[in-house]
Amino acid sequence: MADASAATGSGTIRVSASHSVVLGLILRRTGLSLLLLLTVSIVVFAGTELLPGDVAQIVLGQSATPDALAGLRLTLHLDQPAWHRYFTWLFGLLTLNPGESLVNNMPVADLVGGRLGNSLLLASLTTLVTVPLALLIGITAAVWRGSPYDRTVNLLTVAAVSVPEFLFATSAVLIFAVHLHWLPALSYAADADSFSGLLRSFALPVGTLAVAIFPQMARMTRAALISTLGSSYIEMAVLKGVRPVRLILRHALPNALGPIANAIALSLSFLLGGIVVVESVFNYPGLAKLMVDAVSTRDMPLVQACAMIFCSGYLLLVLTADIVAILSNPRLRYR
Amino acid sequence: MSAAQRTAVVAPVRRRSVTLGLSATGCVAALVVIALLVLAVIGPMLAPYPPGAIVTDDLFGPMSRAHLFGTDYLGRDMLSRILESARYTLGIALPAAALASLTGTSLGMLAASAGGLTDAALSRAMDTLICFPSIIFSLVVVAACGSSVTVLILTAGVIYTPGCFRIVRSIATDISAKDFVHAARARGERSPAIVLEEILPNMVAPILTDFGLRFVFIVLLLSSLSFLGLGIQPPYSDWGGLVRENLDGLSSGAPAVLIPAICIAVLTVSINLLIDSLPSRKGARRG
Repeated sequence: MADASAATGSGTIRVSASHSVVLGLILRRTGLSLLLLLTVSIVVFAGTELLPGDVAQIVLGQSATPDALAGLRLTLHLDQPAWHRYFTWLFGLLTLNPGESLVNNMPVADLVGGRLGNSLLLASLTTLVTVPLALLIGITAAVWRGSPYDRTVNLLTVAAVSVPEFLFATSAVLIFAVHLHWLPALSYAADADSFSGLLRSFALPVGTLAVAIFPQMARMTRAALISTLGSSYIEMAVLKGVRPVRLILRHALPNALGPIANAIALSLSFLLGGIVVVESVFNYPGLAKLMVDAVSTRDMPLVQACAMIFCSGYLLLVLTADIVAILSNPRLRYR
Repeated sequence: MSAAQRTAVVAPVRRRSVTLGLSATGCVAALVVIALLVLAVIGPMLAPYPPGAIVTDDLFGPMSRAHLFGTDYLGRDMLSRILESARYTLGIALPAAALASLTGTSLGMLAASAGGLTDAALSRAMDTLICFPSIIFSLVVVAACGSSVTVLILTAGVIYTPGCFRIVRSIATDISAKDFVHAARARGERSPAIVLEEILPNMVAPILTDFGLRFVFIVLLLSSLSFLGLGIQPPYSDWGGLVRENLDGLSSGAPAVLIPAICIAVLTVSINLLIDSLPSRKGARRG
């Protein structure tokens, strides 16, 4: 059908001066993301507050005294209508004041603040390690596709994609901390004073996360380059006798860069899944650990805030991937 | 209309050989998957010890003849625990994956055949669901509703519906533009008949493949939840939960930590290798 492109949110666009069209596409895509974020906030709020039961009852459990229940209802403003609470909550989020934690009565913003930085640090270190490695493996596998090297990479990455992160984490601890005594085990030393100490305390979490997202990234990079290598202008270049190295570097890669960047941004969104497990295994004081703890203590305001941060990060990565795709694909400009 | 004319416009349903054209890796993977499914059903009957019983004082015991997979943090036999827990790992993930596939397929077909406003509304709703990283969505649900078996099945089913929906919708849209569908419409067949008899039979392979992928994601998601202590609650546990409860044995290198995790990996890797070696599938993607 004609609207197969509806998934990207773009309609029909006249062939015209390309810059404004691209800008329009990007703005439209960004607007769509903001709209989605708004719906996400409604789902998060509705999911945690509009339950059939009573939030206060759920938080305090069956054995709560009527007084405590009444107190908590007042604190949570449960006497006000739902839409009113939603807008108060949304406004609080936007002004970086998403309420107070129910467990230790600290402002959610204070609890989240430092933890977010820690998680971002872990995520960026992992990105720094993973991206070059995934590019190298993905590109070489695409260039030598069908070779034993490619088949080995393929087998290993298929296998690694489907292994739970905590298997990587526990085996890494077993090998490097328990048997080889190279690295500290299930502890994270934030106050490591030397560079090597810092390196040692980050090695296992970053390594585990890297192994968890690397296969996906390498596979998508390989797929992106292979689809470029299949195009007819590459065949033309081969036929006119361009040497392999030049073929890849000058002819194929520049056009594959967009899809590859898109693939990388998309695979980075898998970081979010991995980071929850990794922070918990290694007791890393990050946002994901905070959220898991908040879930087990049913600290709703904290759960809501963390969920919104994670969803925003995820949407941002997907948006980046789409914008890269728009910028790098001339066909999108004239559709 | 003559028989010859009819066959020309009949949907091209392909026939497969017994091995489904699988590679050697694919055949081995298929055997492993079948074996694990059988074990999940008859496993508890094979267990050498009652799964809940404390059978030795040797906590985190090593692999031995008496305890093939060692013993756990209470001195229970790991092999029996693993055979028992297989039911929870597979028994929750299978209905969840089936739920995701069924809902995704029906809504996807509906969107593709109805088009217009229905399609737009369904697609936007699925777009919203896709904005949640799966683990974050399940954390929110568990915080609000706890983690009973029903909640876990429904949550996982809902999370993986959009993926199936998108694939089904796009394939169904492609197929409905083909000649044999136009021909069926020209013959005067009604929409439900066209969907069921012309479009659906041509989508069985991709839907089954997608079901396998969803199943893997759901096993991984639920294991991670259990590993975080937020999945199936004790005294019951799935393989992810077994890893968690024995985590203290990690520093002494106990097999009780690693073996359940390896079981999960064997299951998920086999399914993925099986799917990857299907002849109809090139360049698998996660999503």
